[in-house]
Amino acid sequence: MKRALSLFLLLFAFWLLLSGHYDFWLIGLGLISSASAVFLARRMGIVDAEGLPLDLVPGLLRYAPWLFGTVIRANFDVARRILHPRLPITPMVIRVPAEQRTAPGRVSYANSITLTPGTISLEVSDDEIEVHALSVDAAEDLQSGEMGRRVVALEAH
Amino acid sequence: MEIASAILLLIGALAMLVGGIGILRMPDLFTRLHAVGITDTLGAAAILLGLAFIAGWGLLLVKLFLILAVLLLLNPTASHALGRAAVHGARRPWLSAPK
Repeated sequence: MKRALSLFLLLFAFWLLLSGHYDFWLIGLGLISSASAVFLARRMGIVDAEGLPLDLVPGLLRYAPWLFGTVIRANFDVARRILHPRLPITPMVIRVPAEQRTAPGRVSYANSITLTPGTISLEVSDDEIEVHALSVDAAEDLQSGEMGRRVVALEAH
Repeated sequence: MEIASAILLLIGALAMLVGGIGILRMPDLFTRLHAVGITDTLGAAAILLGLAFIAGWGLLLVKLFLILAVLLLLNPTASHALGRAAVHGARRPWLSAPK
């Protein structure tokens, strides 16, 4: 119920931000739309820790700046490889352990890996992720496990 | 403000260009996905931030950041779906050296 209420508030805030009209009629429509969306989502059984991972939000605020820095650095590395005349790439497929306890945690990890240029997650299973890496450096960076540890910390909050 | 915006837009445009060059130079689908990663992250983020600098304070700014947030969730998902589909279609990655 608490989760449904948060979903309602989030959806209504989203409506207000996107509409920009604050008269009685449009706010009323927003309330009705948000309520129907929450009702349908509850009937579909998707208002749970996976559908609305609110528990991740506090950790995410600490994780996002670090991820941002990592992505920028990886961008410059891949750009350098693309523009290098000899195209110094060494593509490889590796497996990294995924020690996250929850599905949203594993998804965050896999998504972070793909978001970082130079590594793409190909397959996610219960305890590991298959990754395509563009270079040995990118693979080693990932295998150092720092990103994995940070996503685990993100879950623990 | 306008200068910061111009610099960010220029960085974004360059990142998109490098991503495009990467798509042309890379040998197979998987390595091309890495090149697309540059367009997705640095390209899109720099251009949206550049626009945010000249958007002023208001709903437009909020919307630009919402677009950025959605892109940062959608792009990796699409890349992952493409890569996974290619693996399932028995597409073998081009590997540089035997491990």
